[in-house]
Amino acid sequence: MDIQALATEVPIEGEYSLEGVDFITNGEQYLTFLLDTEQYAVDILCVEEIRSWENPTKIPNAPIYVKGVINMRGVIVPIVDLRLKFNIGKAKYTETTVVIVLTVESNQKSRTIGFVVDAVSDVLNAEENEVKAAPTIGGCVPLHFVTGLINVGDNVVTLLNVEALQAIEKHKSIQG
Amino acid sequence: MSIELSQFIPSFLEESFEGLELMESSLLSLQPGDDEAINSIFRAAHSIKGGAGTFGFDQVTEFTHLVETLLDEMRDGRREIAQADIEILLDSVDCIRILIEAARDDTSYDEDKIAKTSQALEQTLNTSQSVTSNENSPKADSGLTLWNILFVPEHHLVQTGNDPLLLFSALADLGFLSVQAKINELPALTDMDAEEIYIGWQLELKTYASEADIREVFEWVEDECRLEISQMEAVNLPAEDVPKKEVNTSEEAIESSPEIAAKPTAPSEKDDTPSPLSQSNQQAPTANKQDKSSPKAKQEVGSIRVGVDKVDMLINLVGELVITQSMLSELGNDFEMNKVERLTSGLEQLLQNTKELQESVMRIRMLPISFAFNRFPRLVHDLSKKTGKEIELVIKGEQTELDKTVMEQIGDPLVHLVRNAVDHGIEFSDVRVAKGKPAKGTITLDAYHLGGNIVIEINDDGGGIDREAVFNKAVEKNIIEPTTSLSDSQVFDLLFEPGFSTAKELSDISGRGVGMDVVKRNIQALGGRIQVESTPGKGSTFKVNLPLTLAILDGQLVRVGTETYIIPLITIVESLQAKSELINRVSGDVILYRLREDNVPVIPIYQLFNICADSESIDDALLVVVEADGLKIGLMVDDLLAQQQVVIKSLEDNYQQVEGISGATILGDGSVAMILDIPGMIQLATHRAQRNQQVNIQTKIAEGETV
Repeated sequence: MDIQALATEVPIEGEYSLEGVDFITNGEQYLTFLLDTEQYAVDILCVEEIRSWENPTKIPNAPIYVKGVINMRGVIVPIVDLRLKFNIGKAKYTETTVVIVLTVESNQKSRTIGFVVDAVSDVLNAEENEVKAAPTIGGCVPLHFVTGLINVGDNVVTLLNVEALQAIEKHKSIQG
Repeated sequence: MSIELSQFIPSFLEESFEGLELMESSLLSLQPGDDEAINSIFRAAHSIKGGAGTFGFDQVTEFTHLVETLLDEMRDGRREIAQADIEILLDSVDCIRILIEAARDDTSYDEDKIAKTSQALEQTLNTSQSVTSNENSPKADSGLTLWNILFVPEHHLVQTGNDPLLLFSALADLGFLSVQAKINELPALTDMDAEEIYIGWQLELKTYASEADIREVFEWVEDECRLEISQMEAVNLPAEDVPKKEVNTSEEAIESSPEIAAKPTAPSEKDDTPSPLSQSNQQAPTANKQDKSSPKAKQEVGSIRVGVDKVDMLINLVGELVITQSMLSELGNDFEMNKVERLTSGLEQLLQNTKELQESVMRIRMLPISFAFNRFPRLVHDLSKKTGKEIELVIKGEQTELDKTVMEQIGDPLVHLVRNAVDHGIEFSDVRVAKGKPAKGTITLDAYHLGGNIVIEINDDGGGIDREAVFNKAVEKNIIEPTTSLSDSQVFDLLFEPGFSTAKELSDISGRGVGMDVVKRNIQALGGRIQVESTPGKGSTFKVNLPLTLAILDGQLVRVGTETYIIPLITIVESLQAKSELINRVSGDVILYRLREDNVPVIPIYQLFNICADSESIDDALLVVVEADGLKIGLMVDDLLAQQQVVIKSLEDNYQQVEGISGATILGDGSVAMILDIPGMIQLATHRAQRNQQVNIQTKIAEGETV
């Protein structure tokens, strides 16, 4: 195994990463992902990393959507399954299941949580005025999680409030 | 003068506190004729005075000056060392500490105490032909004064790094300054050396400041100039004419040239200090700086002094690590299977290096326990004076090292235990003599390492704990039933129950509402234990068992189903295989295991945590018997794995506190494992049982209604 040879094979940064992404934009950028067939988006600046699914360590008596914790470079990061939290689709774990790790700083404390989604799809540019108000007739997703809707072609993307996502309800200490 | 002195303030504070500690301990052990001790006390006081002067902590300087004068007399043998003097000096040490703390935090302080002590000091000084203590106080009245200052520096002044401009701007901070250069000594251009100074200055300063304040400005150049300071007249200007200074102007004044700086700038007055000590209501410019830097100083509390040997060792280890790394990377560059052996040995070396490095890094946080023990001689001295009991304090093992965080948090519980020993343990001299013991009681503090823990012992040779009195009191307070039969150690453990105090009357030493239960809780919060041993008539020993550090924990890895948990080793009593004939089921669903004489309730972890286990049957299951809060329980696990040290990581950072879990750690394979919180698990199990009982009762009632 020649490391030098391997190193030259690795593409120089920029060759791949810039391709197809329009960086010249005035609006905000959002990462869109799939829950079942529905499209959702979060502010891309909150995204710490995207990792493949691995079995986490269970937290005793945690809510069903908290799958457990993983070790992300020495930091203990809890994993929340968004499909279970919002009750959308089936929570299956396949090779394409991904975890989006989001970091938000609030009250001078940053919090990092991983969210399980079905697939990551695209980076979306949208100006502030393109974000429409969400319908008040709620579905499975409680309204306070939704910042707004963005029309992308024929599809509608639901923009999620990351801070609200990160709030974890206090454990019910006893569950039966 | 306004060079960035403020950056040295934290080190000054640190050194001052160390000096104060030294003064205190030397004073306590001071014997007449012990010149070395007096000298060291004097030196400590002197450097505090000098430092405080430099940084403009005037109150500290003035007060310390009095102390120094007294010490000076003692040092020269002009004064006999009387016990009363030592008491005054001890009080003074307290006062200096208060003053320095007040200067650091920029807060107010107990002026009465300072005034009283300084009066006592002055009185003591006046009883002999003492030097005048306060040469500047008569002039330091608050009137405006016009000073005439002649300042003729020697030619080489600028070569020593001093700048007259800075001096003048510092003066301008004190009040109105007008500057006139005297150039009559200016040599001909051909004889002039560009690096020398030939000008003298005639300055007029209209200020509230005292002569001492002005002299302080010239403190660094005193020996290199001709300095004449004379008072012209007292100007009785109304105070408003000198505008109050804003916080920022001191910096502006530094930048501006002296001529411009002659604009009205007077430092802010402190009118909330009416004590005689604070007569100089002018503060040197650095004192203004202090306003801004004090919050910073507070944040920087966490500094450690590390011995050079420890640092050298670290550097050595890092060097070895680098060598190992380069060896391994060379091996990896061109790897073939026949080099496996070298790889293994290289990895072993890496393991060794990492381990040693880890140990050395941990050692940096370790401080000798003398840091915590140092305050006790004074405490015992004061307490014995207050109670009228004769007590000798013996300290052993003060070089035993302990983690800094643990040390900081163990201080208060130890103080409480020592107070307790003085108050409740040691008897009065007449009682002691009647019992045939030496009149002087002894309290021994001892510290030593035991396994991965440190043990601190507080021993007194007093009356011991009255078992019956404790028992009766506990019955009286409804902590136990009168019929309960308890072992000695169980009775002594009652002392740590909330709301328990056997002192017949409350004294202001220990019976102040903060009970032994708090002591126990604090020690437990540190992951430690406390034990009591006592022999009636001979005395008692409190043993505090603490982990060496809070960051690392000795754990027993256990497996339940697919999950790995870590049980803190310190809580484990024993591990055993359950024998079915020793299992009893009582009160519905509680499993009890007969462990010799005790019945230990069994908590199956899979049930408590709602997970799947290999075997859900108690028969032949593995039990880990743990103890917390004096309660033993058996945890049912599937398998016992290795014992290892684990690094504790917080779950709360990104998640929240979890009942029954104290934290998480990362195992060798990179996976996460939960660390069990035994008291939390007991609580969780108790809550759950209570809820189940209530649910049962409610369903019973509901059934009753439907029938």
